[in-house]
Amino acid sequence: MNDAPLLTMRGIVKRFPGVLALGGVELEVRAGEVHCLLGQNGAGKSTLIKVLSASYQPDEGQILWEGEPVALSTPQTAMDLGISTIYQELDLVPDLSVAENIFLGHELSTAGFSQRGETLRRTRDLLARLGHSEIPATRSVGRLSPAAQQIVSMARALSQDTRLLILDEPSAVLDQGEVNNLFRVIRDLTTEGVAVVYISHRLEEIRQIGDRITVLKDGSTVATGLAVDQTPTSELIKLMTGRSIEYVFPPRGEVVEPTGDPVLEVTGLELAGVFTGVDLSVRAGEIVGLAGLVGAGRSEILETLYGARRPSAGTVRVAGRELRRGSVPAAVKAGVGLAPEERKSQGLLLDQAIYANITVSTLGRFSRFGLLDSRAERKRSAEVAESLDVRPAGVDRLVRLLSGGNQQKVVLARWLLRGCRVLLLDEPTRGVDVGARAEIYALVRSLADSGVAVVVVSSEVEEVLGLADRVLVVREGRVVHEGPAGEIDESRVLDLVMEGKVA
Amino acid sequence: MSEQSTNRQGGAVENTVTPSTDTVTVERAAAESGRGGGGGLMSGSFGRNLGLVVALLLICAAGVITAGDRFASIDNTLTILRFASTIGVVSIGMTFVITGGGIDLSVGAILALCSVWATTFATQTMAGDTHWVIMVFVALAVGSACGLVNGVLIAYGKVVPFITTLAMLAAARGLAEIISERRTQIVTVDGFKDFFSADVLGVPFLVIIFAVVSVAGWILFNRTTFGRRTLAVGGNPEAARLAGINVNRHTVLLYVLVGFCCGLAALMLVSRTTTGSSTHGTLLELDVIAAVVIGGTLLTGGRGTIAGTVLGVLIFATLGNVFTLNNQDTSTQAVAKGVIIIVAVLLQQRLARNATST
Repeated sequence: MNDAPLLTMRGIVKRFPGVLALGGVELEVRAGEVHCLLGQNGAGKSTLIKVLSASYQPDEGQILWEGEPVALSTPQTAMDLGISTIYQELDLVPDLSVAENIFLGHELSTAGFSQRGETLRRTRDLLARLGHSEIPATRSVGRLSPAAQQIVSMARALSQDTRLLILDEPSAVLDQGEVNNLFRVIRDLTTEGVAVVYISHRLEEIRQIGDRITVLKDGSTVATGLAVDQTPTSELIKLMTGRSIEYVFPPRGEVVEPTGDPVLEVTGLELAGVFTGVDLSVRAGEIVGLAGLVGAGRSEILETLYGARRPSAGTVRVAGRELRRGSVPAAVKAGVGLAPEERKSQGLLLDQAIYANITVSTLGRFSRFGLLDSRAERKRSAEVAESLDVRPAGVDRLVRLLSGGNQQKVVLARWLLRGCRVLLLDEPTRGVDVGARAEIYALVRSLADSGVAVVVVSSEVEEVLGLADRVLVVREGRVVHEGPAGEIDESRVLDLVMEGKVA
Repeated sequence: MSEQSTNRQGGAVENTVTPSTDTVTVERAAAESGRGGGGGLMSGSFGRNLGLVVALLLICAAGVITAGDRFASIDNTLTILRFASTIGVVSIGMTFVITGGGIDLSVGAILALCSVWATTFATQTMAGDTHWVIMVFVALAVGSACGLVNGVLIAYGKVVPFITTLAMLAAARGLAEIISERRTQIVTVDGFKDFFSADVLGVPFLVIIFAVVSVAGWILFNRTTFGRRTLAVGGNPEAARLAGINVNRHTVLLYVLVGFCCGLAALMLVSRTTTGSSTHGTLLELDVIAAVVIGGTLLTGGRGTIAGTVLGVLIFATLGNVFTLNNQDTSTQAVAKGVIIIVAVLLQQRLARNATST
């Protein structure tokens, strides 16, 4: 029995009306291994996970569990086998406590009365096992940080008898220290014989934690069971994209001479309790990057200078004119645009057409006496979308149906159409695959070259250093370093970012 | 429609036959499916309205079978339309509020307050001395003002719409009772009565108002920045805010709009009954929300349809008429109404699921 792999998937096909989501996927996962699933957005990873957790039924193909064919017909059957999934978007109930969330659906009870003490004890054990005994078992989950919420999700998976744990981009909300802790937990689990399916965009993480790799492309398996330590990165990229590309950043523009007045000028900006004393000035054509850990206040700085949060002190000037505090319309009017961190919940109208998403900030331009000229809207947004190579072409499609990279392009197209002076980008490549990343980098650079002042926030130090002309390092709500990107390297940035933690 | 579905099937077949490693084919298939999806959605909303039309025709058929000529007469049709027009005008306003992610439970109470305020002795005296149009101004102003209060509390006070409008429901009707001292006020201004009871080429003026409001509502909803912003605010308020839309101001405008519609509907009801009363419009909010929802507007916001709302209003009005002609009491009507709402929403959810899985 132990000879057979824990899970085998053969020729899995899943169709949606008009779309072939999975066109024959092969996957084999052995007990005690970390099996990495790689693929660009839209390659079918999410669909595959949903087949495994029995949210979707495959149209064709066979699933074997320890060599025996099984039908994963309801999520309950998957759970009974010991398959647990931790989704990218966490599925916790914010108003219930940590303990209640962990045992949701399989509450500990005697004769219908919940065993409060036992539940709390087991919760604390689980959290301790995950190295996070500091999370209070009785606190409501909504008040925890995203990283702590993820730990709660893991604890929930462990509270059941899990034999196969699926992690969908678990590191997206974690900083480096938390990722290391996550890896430690994963290693503990695998030594106990649990199999882990690990999905991530970050190749360096896969190098650290993975045993074998399966690569998906366009809904099919293009390579399976590759040993991590014998497969070069270039090979993986080639498999994922079908072409050989490097992690390329566009060349910087001409050396930025400190000429001309700054387009964006921030002085003494403060949001009580989050960040304080932020000074920042960005000239036309310049890209400034903000590096820092999650929770250091980077996103909040962007949102505050965009007017989405009201600062407790400080001023924001665009082209010399001070913006009204805490007013997004004022910022937009002055020519500031924001591509927010949470693209789906903050940036897009998912159930609207592409063109409506692109023109939402420029509706006035397409209307006369309030009446919209829909044809002009479609025409102009199609032009912009085409120049950004949004795929598939055509602007009547719902944004919901696009991949992450193309959704990001739609957000950028909105501001491109408006023509902004200052562009704020919060995690511009989160959830964007390698191929589309290079396109977005090139696009940002060309926007800067055309005279836009750009501020980029990213968790990936490499991205900040590669893309920006000048770098600001933020730690615990303060700017601790400012200088040209060429004069600092990744390890120095990480030192700066971590210093406060060590002390 | 059939052509489109064949098309979509064709795309799927091609997709399975061709090995999907060929990027070009995949892209083309994806583009095709996109077009198919768009077409599917269009046929979805078209199909939904078609379903409503079929339902309406079925009710009419039931009317003809059970009541014969008493149902299928011009007089009776005008009765139905006249009855529908009051609810209809408010429903158009409500479609905007619900699509914008809100709800207004106070429409019936606002209507009562408008009807009373427009027909007080003081108002009527002033109207009699100068011009009956004073009454119109009073009703529209009172309705808009109530909507303004709702909107400001919801947008800037951050009180949830359900609670805000529930409070307005209680307060506005109470105020109407105080003003009227719980007495029915008779309209004595002849100019007002003459104007609203007139007809154009046999079509009652009230029905014309409903038609005009429907068309204006359709244009506002589908062809203006206001309509587009309503969809954005209801679909994803945070994204709308970060795109630079003044979400708070827009929310206020939505409630002012529905309040204005209540004022207009109050005038129509006052002219139909020639009275102003604090009991006018009791439970109107239920009829209106039901009509909007069976029309296909999502209660969660972000999607709405004016045509569907108009059909929803007509369905309920016709249904009520058929029941009345058959001497069924209002209790039976209420049960039938309840069943229809549930069936309509169940069907709607089905359609919505199909649309998103495409």
